[in-house]
Amino acid sequence: MNADLKKIPFLDEIPSIHTVFEPDRITKDVRPLAERQKQGNKIVKDLETAIRLSGLKDGMTISFHHHFRNGDYIVNMVMDRLAEMGFRGLVVAASSLTDCHAPLIKHIKSGVIRRIETSGLRGELGEAVSGGLMDVPVVFRSHGGRAYAIETGELPIDVAFLGAPSCDPYGNANGYSLESGGGVMCGSMGYAKCDAQYAKKTIVITDSVVPYPNTPCSIPETQVDYIVKVPKIGDPNGIMSGATRFTRNPKELLIAESAANVIMASGYFEDGFSFQMGSGGASLSVARFLRDKMAERNMKAGFALGGITGSVVDLFEEGLVKKILDVQSFDLKAAESVKKNRFHQQISASYYAGPGGKGSAVNQLDVVILSALEVDCDFNVNVLTGSNGVIRGAIGGHPDTAFGASVSIIVAPLIRGRIPCVVEKVNTVVTPGKTVDIVVTDQGVAANPQRADLLSRLKKSNIPLCTIEQLKEKAERIVGKPKPVEYTDKVVGVVTYRDGSVIDLIRQVKD
Amino acid sequence: MFVPGNNPGMIRDAGIYDVDSIMFDLEDSVSVGEKDAARFLVYEMLRTIDYHGKELIVRVNSPDTGTGLEDLRAMVSTRRVAIRLPKTECAEDVLGCEKKIAAIERERGIPEGSTRMMAAIESAVGVLNAKEIAFSTKRLIGIALGAEDYVTDLKTTRSADGTELLFARCMILQAARAAGIDAIDSVYSDVDNEEGFRSEVALIKQLGFDGKSIINPRQIKPVQEIYTPTKKEIDRSLAVMDAIEEARKKGSGVIALNGKMIDKPVVARAQRVLDLARAAGVLKQEDKNER
Amino acid sequence: MKIKQSAVAGTMESSDIMVTIAPSDGSGIQIELNSTVEKQFGQEIRRVIRDTLTKLGIDSASVTAVDKGALNCVIHARVETAAHRACGENHADYVWGE
Repeated sequence: MNADLKKIPFLDEIPSIHTVFEPDRITKDVRPLAERQKQGNKIVKDLETAIRLSGLKDGMTISFHHHFRNGDYIVNMVMDRLAEMGFRGLVVAASSLTDCHAPLIKHIKSGVIRRIETSGLRGELGEAVSGGLMDVPVVFRSHGGRAYAIETGELPIDVAFLGAPSCDPYGNANGYSLESGGGVMCGSMGYAKCDAQYAKKTIVITDSVVPYPNTPCSIPETQVDYIVKVPKIGDPNGIMSGATRFTRNPKELLIAESAANVIMASGYFEDGFSFQMGSGGASLSVARFLRDKMAERNMKAGFALGGITGSVVDLFEEGLVKKILDVQSFDLKAAESVKKNRFHQQISASYYAGPGGKGSAVNQLDVVILSALEVDCDFNVNVLTGSNGVIRGAIGGHPDTAFGASVSIIVAPLIRGRIPCVVEKVNTVVTPGKTVDIVVTDQGVAANPQRADLLSRLKKSNIPLCTIEQLKEKAERIVGKPKPVEYTDKVVGVVTYRDGSVIDLIRQVKD
Repeated sequence: MFVPGNNPGMIRDAGIYDVDSIMFDLEDSVSVGEKDAARFLVYEMLRTIDYHGKELIVRVNSPDTGTGLEDLRAMVSTRRVAIRLPKTECAEDVLGCEKKIAAIERERGIPEGSTRMMAAIESAVGVLNAKEIAFSTKRLIGIALGAEDYVTDLKTTRSADGTELLFARCMILQAARAAGIDAIDSVYSDVDNEEGFRSEVALIKQLGFDGKSIINPRQIKPVQEIYTPTKKEIDRSLAVMDAIEEARKKGSGVIALNGKMIDKPVVARAQRVLDLARAAGVLKQEDKNER
Repeated sequence: MKIKQSAVAGTMESSDIMVTIAPSDGSGIQIELNSTVEKQFGQEIRRVIRDTLTKLGIDSASVTAVDKGALNCVIHARVETAAHRACGENHADYVWGE
């Protein structure tokens, strides 16, 4: 035997060399692939088994993605099982939570859940938290902020529970089925990628086990520990619509057209430009208005980023957009496109919006269209709490894209019902005014005074410009002055900026 | 743009759209049991909401009824609207309404004659009497065609190319032009059929109508596009005006442009194109100097 | 004006308010409000209802209102309508204008 360590010169300078090979330590698995697909792989008997094997203990942090949006079954399924198994004091770090997660309220009350980290809260859960349900405040992070916190270890994940529409017996998972067209489909799994990469243990929960290898894949087998097969992972209707429809609401169309005109006058509407549209009614229609001008001028967009909808895919397939970077597919058309178009690529939340030093896609945006619950006279934006102070939204990629894009445009009706969208001071600052450039409403457009370049260009066009104060006053003249929200002293939410610093606090609403 | 008078959401938002005139309806779009509610609603909202200088009109119920009379009392008192009279059949209809309006003006201390009127013609009799209706009072700013009721009166149906409306449209137009007031065409109810709508607007523009009634903001763009002169038309008209100016400076009598004589009708048409262009915002005052 | 019977005006559509006025046993103006903007405008809405009734000379009524974000002018109009309906006869002597 030639492997005598003592014979190696300068061994002390080669720290990785310290053991000699022992043949007894290795044994080959000589079963054929066909048999390995069926057993003796990463698929375990049930969720309970996977949880036990993961080594999860009280007080640890678990994570979920929100690609199944309002049709998600995973979070409630896992939390119910954890509660039955007697776990307590857990930290739930979901990429976001929606209306369908109201059942978490009972787990919070019973002590199964001690703390929550999320991009947003909606429905009953949001109201309950605003009403003081939890002792420890909820930590709100943007998509980029969450990815950054996970990467840097500020938010260490012990076990990630990731729902996947298809997975092979060794863990290669996808947001769709490569073979068939049916079943649950979510397209890109951008938010799940960071979790799978950094969690100590990753459990994939799927309703469709497919033959190895399920490639190309969103989540590689190298990051997956256990797989559980369940009958249903989500409700297709709640996950996505057939195609997000262009709005027919005349007010939203008016706002969308105005926003498109702003983009065209901004000086950033050139061949090769890049953009991100939202998923709300007005944001969606902006692409449609731009399309005609782009075709007319023979312009192509360098890339589209998002939050991708069928309308962006339409532009791509028409040849008006060269590449798509997709962190979340909002509808079936977008999901199908991820599956079949080579240049429609899914990217992780970190690649999408991470604020770390190596940069991310948002930094290459020319234009982003964003929505808002409220904007104030300093251009700060609130997308988290309503005008009554109750938590009802999500940060999403708002501050990330507002920072990264050369021109960030907020689209919102001046008034929603009797609630003004442009106010003196927002209830909660989510995106700082310093990064917000233009506000487009149905009754006027305001540009941030710090952007003299944009102001001078917009003044030359037909766009109905006014100051943000004028918009606020107009709203007030129409609806009257709303009574300010009354809060107690108890902090129920901590709003962080992309880098993890605290930008605002949310307090309990007085009853 | 027509706005049903019992819908606060629509009345509120009407002002944000780029239309020339808003018509609040107290008549056919409001059910019998809600006439009083619509009256109070339009009255209060008209006095509060800012419509950014747009022309405001209210279609009242027939002034021969108690409801219609009360509508007149309320709307004239706002001092902000013109009154649209439905189903006008003859000059007496207009004059009868005018008398009632004048009485209200006197009663409320409003300068007599300040409330303008519009007459909607919706029957065969009305069409035949278009001329006398158009000339009946100085308060009239325009006459309009109400196609639905008119077609029913004719005992036929509406068709895609509108042949059945041709006579009525032409009569109303002649009467309006003779009296020097506006001619407004009827509504197009199939909001989803943009192509059909565009053909109709193109037709009535060619006939000479001043405007089109719409029932949904989505119909605004097509009307604006069709009524906005093309660059070619604008350039040609500017050239005509330039030639006139040149000739005037030189003191020459006959004016020619590109070998064609420019006489009064040509000049008038060119001026109209430029007026339209300016109203549409595609020609700024500083761009060219003309009368 | 005196409230003789119960009457309703308005709808439950967005931006509207449904107002029901009924006679009350002389204990002033009672208002029961259910509004989507209770916290921000509840006080204001009640004030407008009360002022409108007072201006009409009504000092006692039982009012129930379901509000979906109606502006003051809409509340004013709906209360006036309901009040007139509740008083029975056609009040043709209503004075329009300031």
